Amino acid sequence: MSNLSLIVVLLVLLALGYQLGMVRSRKVATINADARMHSRPHHYGMMVGLWAVLPAFFILLLWLWLAPAVINSMMLSQLPTDIASQSAEQLRVVSQRINNLASNFGVVADAADWELAAAEHLKQLKANSAIILTALMAVIAAVGMLISLLKITPHLKARHQVERVVKALLVLCSTVAILTTIGIVLSMVGETLKFFSFISPAEFFFGTTWNPRFSTVGVGEQGDFGLIPLLSGTVLIAGIAMVVSIPLGLMVAVYLAEYAPLKLRNTAKPVIEVLAGIPTIVYGFFALVTVGPFLRDLGAAIGLDINATSALTAGVVMGIMIIPFISSLSDDIITQVPKSMRDGSLGLGATKSETILKVVLPAALPGIVGAILLAVSRAIGETMIVVLAAGNSPALTANPFEAVSTVTVTIVNQLTGDNDFSSPQSLVAFALGLTLFVITLLLNVMALVIVRKYREQYE
Amino acid sequence: MTILAENPIKTVVHPSQVQQKVIASLHRRHRKEAWFRRTGLIAVLISLSLVALLFINIFSKGLPAFWQSAITLEIYFDPKIIKIPAKPEQAADESDNDFRQRYLDWQTQVGFVNFNRLITDSLQKILPDATKHRRDLGRIVTSGERFALRDMVVADPSIIGQTRSLHLLTDANIDVWLKGNIDRSLPDEQQQLSPKMREWVEQLAADGVIQNRFSLALFMNPDSRSSLASAGLAGAFMGSFYMMLVVILLAVPMGVAAAIYLEEFAPRNKLTDLVEVNINNLAAVPSIVFGLLGASVLIGWFNLPMSAPIVGGLVLSLMTLPTVIIATRSTLKAIPPSIRQAALGLGASKMQAIFHHVLPLAIPGILTGAILGVAQALGETAPLLLIGMKSFVASIPASPFEQASALPVQIYLWQGNELRNFFEARTSAAIIVLLMMMISLNGLAIWLRKKYEKRW
Repeated sequence: MSNLSLIVVLLVLLALGYQLGMVRSRKVATINADARMHSRPHHYGMMVGLWAVLPAFFILLLWLWLAPAVINSMMLSQLPTDIASQSAEQLRVVSQRINNLASNFGVVADAADWELAAAEHLKQLKANSAIILTALMAVIAAVGMLISLLKITPHLKARHQVERVVKALLVLCSTVAILTTIGIVLSMVGETLKFFSFISPAEFFFGTTWNPRFSTVGVGEQGDFGLIPLLSGTVLIAGIAMVVSIPLGLMVAVYLAEYAPLKLRNTAKPVIEVLAGIPTIVYGFFALVTVGPFLRDLGAAIGLDINATSALTAGVVMGIMIIPFISSLSDDIITQVPKSMRDGSLGLGATKSETILKVVLPAALPGIVGAILLAVSRAIGETMIVVLAAGNSPALTANPFEAVSTVTVTIVNQLTGDNDFSSPQSLVAFALGLTLFVITLLLNVMALVIVRKYREQYE
Repeated sequence: MTILAENPIKTVVHPSQVQQKVIASLHRRHRKEAWFRRTGLIAVLISLSLVALLFINIFSKGLPAFWQSAITLEIYFDPKIIKIPAKPEQAADESDNDFRQRYLDWQTQVGFVNFNRLITDSLQKILPDATKHRRDLGRIVTSGERFALRDMVVADPSIIGQTRSLHLLTDANIDVWLKGNIDRSLPDEQQQLSPKMREWVEQLAADGVIQNRFSLALFMNPDSRSSLASAGLAGAFMGSFYMMLVVILLAVPMGVAAAIYLEEFAPRNKLTDLVEVNINNLAAVPSIVFGLLGASVLIGWFNLPMSAPIVGGLVLSLMTLPTVIIATRSTLKAIPPSIRQAALGLGASKMQAIFHHVLPLAIPGILTGAILGVAQALGETAPLLLIGMKSFVASIPASPFEQASALPVQIYLWQGNELRNFFEARTSAAIIVLLMMMISLNGLAIWLRKKYEKRW
């Protein structure tokens, strides 16, 4: 049976065990009318269902994990000796070929006799494995269900058993987030170390030229993998985005929090937050088709040479995207500043704007800095806008009117062909990703610490 | 205070002098106040107008693309051209497999029929001197429409020998010409249409044979490179649909379970602190990093197929997980402890108190968070590019394990098409479809929140 149908059968068994357990527990209860049952009928049902399904499910997982390797080695052990004595790499190719033959797609025309025999053998092994697995699971499920059914007595603490399983599931789910982080770090560190075996870290972190060449050019041609031009492009664009979004976002937050009548605040805030929900690919298209040509024409009108796809285009549009991040977070923080501080300042005769500039904003400053740091991390990690609108030219320049490239754009460019992770040309994507991850992590942690400190201050 | 600094001997300042000073500065201070206030208002107005600009821009570009020029033709299904045997019927003693084989053979035979001839024959009747320009004649109707004719014959072979009046999509370049998206004064060599075709098109449009009609091609067809006018979003839509399914089935239950554990059961110690910081960080990790994770772990180690919605769905699930966890936790936090205490006081176990009493109250909030997470996943592009969903897929995927594209990736692919005049509008139309989906998801979330919002 296929794995999917096995899982469906397990679900059916779960329902069946549940029903049987409930029926059985009611029967036990009527027989022992003088004793009180420890748990409710559905607890007994759930317990039986779990005993039927969980052990069998673990067997399935174990099998799926171990069986392919075992089957493969059994198949390889039957190969002719001259083939079996080849290097591990060649054996991998051989077994891939035999697998293709066994699953009936791929090379059939020029298959050697021993290959066909091995494929037949492999097919047989796979069929056997499926039968053994199904039988094993059936036996274990039946035994589990029977034993747990027989165990039902008024004293059996079924609810405790069920709750323990549920809790284990909850714990398992909450470790996924940690596992994701570990997965990100491990996979990227592994590939990055592989990359550093081609290119020295110093060359990568301090190189000022980015020219990776193509992996097909040859082993001798290494190309230049200097991070600096990409980093400068990233910083340039993020800087422009901040120049656009910080004043706008902060003024929006101040106005909405302190001046705006309730009606305006209740409409304007969600409308501006719409900007945060628009997919970034839409911003990218907007930048490419509308903002870029507009800036170019504007530049031509005042005698500036602005590229349609440039750091400026990408930065301005990214700034628009980031406005709601800054305005919403700052708004929350400004409204958290205690009213007594405002009242004190106003009572001394300060105007509202003086109160805001000299009392409220300084008090809210740490929180606002945190919000800005989060926005910067967002800008640095943003991909689609820069892919479409920054021009993708990895040159070391501080001129915002020229095309640049960024870390994220380069990751996309280096890793979209065929994914064989053996050349430095594709491995560099992971080194760049790790750099990006570390930078944004530092910014986020800093922002979180600052915001948390600030919260504690006024709570 | 400056007065004091200027005259150190004079220690007491007359009250009226301070008053004068204040009054003198009041005008300036009030002006500053008004200026500050106005700046704030302007910032709000700029932000609002940016939202409006974005939407107006996309909609004004994209809406025309929902209507495409289509030509109305009397197509005669000529038995002399469509020479095929009768459609096979399953005989009583025939096995399903044999019948399927026979049916496939028959379909192959239908596939060999030159359906283009039907179109050119029909065009010849309405166009003058058509025989002299056979090449131009074949380029009026977009090439994908011959498959529409084939499908009609496959569906109902009795149509052979009859004449039907059909609306067929014209070539993309004709659409561009008629909508005025190309400079008509350009010299011949820069025009996509030959002079003869332009003459024909003008005449047909004037006669009302070619009209701008609402076209379902954008919704019904998969992407196409050979027949640009009939390239559609159906394949990308199904790809996105499967990915959303994976996200809903994986990220939402796992996120809710994790949140329940962390909020209700976990002891407060260093480890749970670490988990909390970790989740907050994960929510702010750039999406492209999740793409790298998918490329190296899911595709590299687990050998899952490239470009498949299942991989995209897994990557997006990991990305959405922190959002769901954070939203669920804040909802659970907002539920007053008295509910838990009441349940515990009546003898419920902790698990019963939470699953029977706290969770039902939290469901609206959890749903809102989940929907917002799904909407975020729907619009994400960058991680999908890294797991190979950038490749061109000309079919509608039938399962999450087949190659597929996704709506935002389709937008990315279309904006790069060489026929800019045509695809700029079509890309905007695709963006409108995507935005509409996101707006309805967000609207649903807002509605849920409004309907079930409770203040404790």
